[in-house]
Amino acid sequence: MNRIVKAFQDNRRKKLIGFLTGGDPDLATTKELILEMAASGMDIIEIGIPFSDPAAEGPIIERANIRGIASRTTVDHLFEMVAELRKELQIPILFMTYANLIFAYGKERFMKNCEASGIDGIIVPDLPLEEMGEFKEACQKHGVIQISMLAPTSTARIEKIVAEAEGFLYCVSSLGVTGMRENLATSIAPLIEKIGSVVPCAIGFGISTPKQAKEMSQLADGVIIGSAIVAIIEKHGKKSPGPMGEFIKEIRKEMDTDA
Amino acid sequence: MTKFGEFGGQYIPETLMQTIAELTEAYEFYREDEEFQRELKDLYDNYAGRPSRLYEAKQMSQQLGGAKIYLKREDLNHTGSHKINNVLGQVLLAKKMGKRRIIAETGAGQHGVAAATVAALLGLECQVFMGYEDTQRQALNVFRMELLGATVTPVMSGSRTLKDAVNAALKEWVSRIDDTHYVIGSVVGPAPFPRMVRDFQKIIGEEIKEQVLEKEGKLPTAIVACLGGGSNAMGAFYPFLEDKEVRLIGCEAAGHGVETDKHAATLTKGSVGILHGMKSYFCQDGYGQITEVHSISAGLDYPGVGPEHALLFEEKRAEYVAVTDDEAVEAFYYLSRTEGIIPAIESAHAVAHAMKIAPLMQADEVLVINLSGRGDKDVAAIARYKGVQIHE
Repeated sequence: MNRIVKAFQDNRRKKLIGFLTGGDPDLATTKELILEMAASGMDIIEIGIPFSDPAAEGPIIERANIRGIASRTTVDHLFEMVAELRKELQIPILFMTYANLIFAYGKERFMKNCEASGIDGIIVPDLPLEEMGEFKEACQKHGVIQISMLAPTSTARIEKIVAEAEGFLYCVSSLGVTGMRENLATSIAPLIEKIGSVVPCAIGFGISTPKQAKEMSQLADGVIIGSAIVAIIEKHGKKSPGPMGEFIKEIRKEMDTDA
Repeated sequence: MTKFGEFGGQYIPETLMQTIAELTEAYEFYREDEEFQRELKDLYDNYAGRPSRLYEAKQMSQQLGGAKIYLKREDLNHTGSHKINNVLGQVLLAKKMGKRRIIAETGAGQHGVAAATVAALLGLECQVFMGYEDTQRQALNVFRMELLGATVTPVMSGSRTLKDAVNAALKEWVSRIDDTHYVIGSVVGPAPFPRMVRDFQKIIGEEIKEQVLEKEGKLPTAIVACLGGGSNAMGAFYPFLEDKEVRLIGCEAAGHGVETDKHAATLTKGSVGILHGMKSYFCQDGYGQITEVHSISAGLDYPGVGPEHALLFEEKRAEYVAVTDDEAVEAFYYLSRTEGIIPAIESAHAVAHAMKIAPLMQADEVLVINLSGRGDKDVAAIARYKGVQIHE
């Protein structure tokens, strides 16, 4: 069974999903960070493949993409790293990548390497429902789950999106690009309520504090934290695994404490 | 419906899909709406100054020997380029949709100036995203947009040119879709933009057809147009797609030469990829990273091309060639001194190619150059290129 599906079957705690950009600041640190994430209470890990034009990202993750490209990290390096990590790690791992990186690599070859290295799914922010057919066959052939996204503007599309959803539904908290938001308006909540238990829902975009993580996790099956983690990596560079681990533990603790 | 063969599509974040659906629906309605078309025609004729002239370049024809050359004078439109055609259509549509604000990207500044102009006319707020490099290359246009009441936001990310301005505008749109329409300036982006922008620009080709038939009693042998995203070329080509005997030639920017890594010749040197909401041709490396492109012309300095051009390229219905910076500058001077018309440096790429092929054609053959814009904006840049110090 796919590790993502399995993770959501275990409902003892709300899922904490963490994002980092591969090769930021370098590949060795990325590997350490992933091990630290798993040890600090993360349930699922998303690795962003650095891209020249990350059009869905706010400034924090955009800068991480620039650092990832500067460290000359390619998807081949990331496949190797994940294969290496799989010797000791069973946590679900996904790639967060723009469509062009898969398309240029060759979709069949990309998904084959995902399967071989132990990547469980892909999140492609520039692939809405209408274009998900692009990689569908290759994904299915190699058991790679393609995560669907739901936005506050998806009201008229919700049924079609849910019908195609696998693994979990990535629910975008609010309009705009990725990035920390001081005031997190939860315009996505009514949509998640409609979905019920058909598919697990995780909320992302803007969640940066333990308090926000707890509030959002109460609306869904999990939360996704990206920019807040990347901001720590940006600040501490190669020395970031320690402080990042502390941050994740704080969030984990807050989420697991009964209100 | 959203594609041209395998090209085009809607490769955009889920957050934008609803607003794109609303735009598609509104466009489908208004393109058939007589009142909308009447209002647009009134703006084209009485505000932009259409129809634009088809001018016989007698000196040029005589000097080059060969084809009879005509210039389609889009440079004479209000704001100085073909960009006004698309902007009038889109901003009128945005207003009908109840939007109170438009955003736009710009390279050379021509689209930004057109957007700022029409926003002023129709009473909408306007914010223009422009790569920092381009704000330096085209400082006068920045001031012009501000003079018209627009806000110009310099984009500091990536290569700080047109591609990055598109990224920034997309990010702004995804943050503010309720009251804002994104006026894309070329036949690029997610559907319905490539088709919609082409429809607003096809007036160029329709007029060429009518004017050439009237003057010559036959269709032209060839039409030459410059090509960044490809809106002036698409507008000029589209009404001739079924007239297979008419050669359609798009001129990309070869920068320092297509054998170097400093060019923007997307169809000549690029490969199929996905960016800015569309599947098309892009300049990219083997891993799909979009490569930095170069052209002396800020308007052609774009690593992609409209999806309909990608299809015409693969079907071989249109030909695509690359013209270097040096050739474009030479043509810029040539047209200025031969016909007394200073072309936009973008349009000079088309002039340069016409100068190559006209002598190879017969005297009874008609060659139309789409002179997409005027060159006033480029005078300072050309002076710099020539090493001349100018103090304004």
